[in-house]
Amino acid sequence: MTRYLRVLSVQLRISMASAMAYRANFVIEGVMSLAWMAITLLPLIVVFSGRDTVAGWTAPAALIVIGYFMAVRAVLEGLISPSLVDLVEKIRSGSFDYVLLKPIDAQALVSASRYEPWKVFDLLGALAVVVYAFVKRGEPPAPAEVALGVALFVTGLAATYALWILCAAASFWVVRLDNLMYLLGAVFDTARWPVQVFPGAWRTVFTFVIPVAIMTTYPAMALLGTIDATQALATAGGAFALLAISRWVWRIAIRNYTSASS
Amino acid sequence: MRSGPWRTLRALPTLLRIGVAETVAYRAEFLVWILTTTQPLIMLGLWTRVARDAPFAGYSSSRFVAYFLATLIVRQLTGNWVAWQLSEDVRSGTMAMRLLRPIHPFFAYAASHAAAIPFRSFVALPVAFALLASSGGSALTSDPAQLVALVPSLAMAWLLTFSFLFAIGSLAFFLTQTMAIANLYFGLFSLFSGYLMPLKLLPPAIAAVGAWLPFRFMLSVPVELLTEPLDRAQLARLLAGQAAWTAITLAVALAGWRAGVKRFEAVGG
Repeated sequence: MTRYLRVLSVQLRISMASAMAYRANFVIEGVMSLAWMAITLLPLIVVFSGRDTVAGWTAPAALIVIGYFMAVRAVLEGLISPSLVDLVEKIRSGSFDYVLLKPIDAQALVSASRYEPWKVFDLLGALAVVVYAFVKRGEPPAPAEVALGVALFVTGLAATYALWILCAAASFWVVRLDNLMYLLGAVFDTARWPVQVFPGAWRTVFTFVIPVAIMTTYPAMALLGTIDATQALATAGGAFALLAISRWVWRIAIRNYTSASS
Repeated sequence: MRSGPWRTLRALPTLLRIGVAETVAYRAEFLVWILTTTQPLIMLGLWTRVARDAPFAGYSSSRFVAYFLATLIVRQLTGNWVAWQLSEDVRSGTMAMRLLRPIHPFFAYAASHAAAIPFRSFVALPVAFALLASSGGSALTSDPAQLVALVPSLAMAWLLTFSFLFAIGSLAFFLTQTMAIANLYFGLFSLFSGYLMPLKLLPPAIAAVGAWLPFRFMLSVPVELLTEPLDRAQLARLLAGQAAWTAITLAVALAGWRAGVKRFEAVGG
């Protein structure tokens, strides 16, 4: 376990160093974070300028979902995506062989191989949105709600990570994978809306087929105190099931790996 | 790059054939791309739900259906991914090979994307029929002038989108952050082109800015021609705006490419 932590900290240090090498990016990324925040919030503002509630969601409550969405997206773009793009690159060039040779679990090694430290801005933006939403709502969450909200945030991240690993495992068979990630990204984009605002067929897809609901909607409901015990358990259970499936598929993929080089 | 127009024209059938072959060879990727551009269907779900009990800002549920299906069709016909392709070719060095050919890469890329359009109309046309069947054509325009104008409007929307993405892709000669810029482009595009919602729903101040940005002419204008009653003056203004932005963007894309290619040093081989 300490070996894993040591490897992780080295990888983090390398990414930090390369981020620091291009300090001008600090400004660019900061501006981009703000621009993205505006782009993300505007559709919500439009919807709630004409309606007080949509499918039972008020504006502050829907803002919490957006806060979760921004936070998950920050982790996705700051950690999960860069690492998996790196993995696809390694598979294509054949240098994935060296990863497999290392005396450490390959999935752990590739899952955190690259970071985009500036995405921390997005995380702060997400926090600001959540705080603002609670100020608007006028009552702060109870400590138990915060605890459950944070716990389900973590399981939501786990579900996101599992989906992306599944997608990465596909790259062992179909090498050109960038656009599969774009597709997943496009679907993930719907996680900004509470899942209840979609009509039946869509809701089924986003809850069970591509479970974006357990990434943002249910964690947000936990923080708002509107989730019941069954839903909370199902959310966490769904995330763990996804993790287990992704691990299983990953292992099959590794077994089928035939190097691109040599 | 000393490409006579005649030579380019003569190469066009071959370029189109290559484009068709590429589309068929990478059919899985092509299918995934088509699925990626189905976001209007998601927005369709959302907005019809919002407008279920009462019209939203003048948009009834069935008007939203017509709007987003039209958006889907236009997006299928005009969308492309040349920015990603271009920056990948620069980064990996395969651009060197393209530069050796006696045809301007702008045409080469354009022909390869144009060749994919018939395949994409296989997706767009059934949707068009579904649209006609579901809304009974009542939400669609029946003005012949608008229907005629739709053809050049779609062509310009295609060229404008292609040139814009080509210009972004050319940034790869100068920057390493091209992907982040392409993503930001997509964010702005989704908001100001009517991809996520009809532009009329935007707050007035933002809609006023959006009316002048190029994004509107990439998607919203053909959709408006298809779904909204316009008088002759409006129609002329929209087409003129499209022509102006297409000319400007095309010039910028070609100039950016020229400046960039001078800096290009092949990476790898």
